[in-house]
Amino acid sequence: MATRLTVNGTPVTLDVNPDMPLLWALRDHLKLTGTKFGCGIAQCGACTVMLDGVPTRSCVTPVAAVEDAEVTTIEGIQGDAAHAVQKAWADLNVAQCGYCQSGQVMVATELLQNIPKPSDEEIDAAMGGNICRCATYARIRKGVRAASDALEA
Amino acid sequence: MLVEAAARLWSVPAGEITVTAGVVRHAASGMSSGFGAIAERAAGLEMPQNVTLKDPADFTLIGAEGITRLDAVEKARGLATFTIDVMRDEMQVVAVLHPPKFGAKVASFDPVEALDVSGVLAVREIPSGIAVYAVDTYSALRGREALVAAWDESAAETRSSEEIEAEFIAAARAPATVSEETGDVEAALSESAQTFEAEYVFPYLAHAAMEPLDGVVEWTPERAEIWSAIQIPTVAGPVFSAALGVAEDAVSVHTMYAGGSFGRRATASGQFEAELAAVAAAGGPGAYKLQWTREDDMTQGYYRPLTVHRLRAGLDTDGNITGWDNTIVNQSIAFGTIFEQTVMNDGVDRMAVEGSVDLPYGLPRRRVSWAQMINPVPVLWWRAVGHTHTAYATETFLDELLAAAGRDAVQGRLELITPDRARDRAVLERVADMAAWSGPGNGDRRLGVALHKSFGSYVAQIAEVENRDGAPHVTRVWCAVDCGVAVTPDIIRAQIEGGIGFGLSAALYEQLTLEPGGTVRERNYDSYRVLGLEDMPQIIVDIRPSTDIPTGVGEIGTPPIAPAVANAWRSFTGETPRRLPMIRA
Repeated sequence: MATRLTVNGTPVTLDVNPDMPLLWALRDHLKLTGTKFGCGIAQCGACTVMLDGVPTRSCVTPVAAVEDAEVTTIEGIQGDAAHAVQKAWADLNVAQCGYCQSGQVMVATELLQNIPKPSDEEIDAAMGGNICRCATYARIRKGVRAASDALEA
Repeated sequence: MLVEAAARLWSVPAGEITVTAGVVRHAASGMSSGFGAIAERAAGLEMPQNVTLKDPADFTLIGAEGITRLDAVEKARGLATFTIDVMRDEMQVVAVLHPPKFGAKVASFDPVEALDVSGVLAVREIPSGIAVYAVDTYSALRGREALVAAWDESAAETRSSEEIEAEFIAAARAPATVSEETGDVEAALSESAQTFEAEYVFPYLAHAAMEPLDGVVEWTPERAEIWSAIQIPTVAGPVFSAALGVAEDAVSVHTMYAGGSFGRRATASGQFEAELAAVAAAGGPGAYKLQWTREDDMTQGYYRPLTVHRLRAGLDTDGNITGWDNTIVNQSIAFGTIFEQTVMNDGVDRMAVEGSVDLPYGLPRRRVSWAQMINPVPVLWWRAVGHTHTAYATETFLDELLAAAGRDAVQGRLELITPDRARDRAVLERVADMAAWSGPGNGDRRLGVALHKSFGSYVAQIAEVENRDGAPHVTRVWCAVDCGVAVTPDIIRAQIEGGIGFGLSAALYEQLTLEPGGTVRERNYDSYRVLGLEDMPQIIVDIRPSTDIPTGVGEIGTPPIAPAVANAWRSFTGETPRRLPMIRA
């Protein structure tokens, strides 16, 4: 059973079990390994991808649910917000182990695309669902603010 | 010697040669060289007797700000390669069904339904469980779900953590092996005007690093390559050599980025490495990725030991501490491992008592003892090791004694600090300045302080805490650190911030529980709660200028936060939480 979708702007056909979580299809079959496995039950956010522009936990999203959809992974995000976030992340030494940061960057990018000047409450609300076991949270907040400032400049 | 070699090579005075960014240069003649090109020449020179180190004022990299991590860009772009990202040709992905209790073993299993799952290639028994080999991760996981197994629980730990805890508490009330003792503590306590006693219970804790344990092996009878974030590759090499029958010098271990570890990827037993080797050996030459799920990672042990402290102390009529007695009860991390000889002194595991001995405070009559418990639950160092519980018990109990004596928590500590502990004193004074300390306060936000030395570094913290619907919420933390020469200040601040978050996570939320019967209750982040962004306080770090040798940084932020929070919280409730975590589901 083949599932057709667009991944990072490229049409792809996934010939896998339609019940397979998108996470494993991306990683094992499309070799897009930037999206990470952390919990498998949508609790940590390490597997976050954009599904038709909406941050989505790929570990609980079956391939069957993404037929004809547009999926963007950390490897494919583009635009001013993405670049501002990634630059702020590097400049501020946000990452420690770095394993969760693909998911953090995805959510931060989507936040700034929708709300270019988020309040502290909006940052906490948007980023609050992504676990970072290194507890880089203070710098994640700083990174979002710095990226926001850079977008305004 | 490189300069001297260059001077001779170029026939110029050594004093005119400069060294910058790895290049040896003589400006006047325009000569320059990398280190490598003159290394051999330099090695042939006589070793100088006296070497003058660079004046700290001339440092260009040590202590410099604005330096970013080498991995910062790739980690922001999802391009860093972790173990889970390693893909080899014809690689099989393996999931292992583990026994449900510690010490249990496979009794029997039926692979038929697992083998029926599309993509499953084989099912094999290995010493640690039943391994399902498949073409990809999803198939391996589905195959594992389909396995039918029966377990031999004759040697298993079937007690709940509550039952284990009761055994530990009983041991804490009995005499134990003395680790540190001066003066007659019992006499001191009996002469006291007032005596105090408290029992503390600290749960088992999982490391819960974001990347579950994983590893890749590719091997032939001639050579083996391993990719894994193994923290002790010297333990791993022989494990693979023995299991695969490949000569030790033909085993290469690629040490990968760790998707977090906090100690978990450094087992003296080589637990995960042994399973990975067994998977590869049972499968025969080829390539294999062993992928643990979150549930494997959380239920397969190697926890911060469940620990009980029993403290007793007395005050005289002037409010001075007369005696101090601390009995610590837990499993030994070192016992039965290659570290036992170096870590176990006179029957005491130093990692169990560290942070409760060698205190900065002058307590002339004191005793610290330890009782070792033995059971099949594997235990391990967890960021800051023994300090994760000793700092809490010591610094909260002391805080209560000072309060009972009518003394200020900072001033009272300063009065107790012995003259030889100037660095402890300095960080405490500094943090009090940073937070404008004048006691815990009585408003909506209360302050608490803690001081703790670990890994050679000195740390004092003040936590600002709110009472949010009956539970502590930490809004700000001030932290003064003396870790000797601060080589990379921004990385140090980042480690302190993360260390505080890690300690706060355990203080507020974390516990790993054995259910009656011995199964692990918390199997994923839905039940094993860790700190989220919304709980992260603002953190202000000050690194003290120092010319002392650089000391630990990665773990030192963790120990003081829980007692600092508890001491602030006591100002609201009148009571110290005797049991962590403070917030339980």
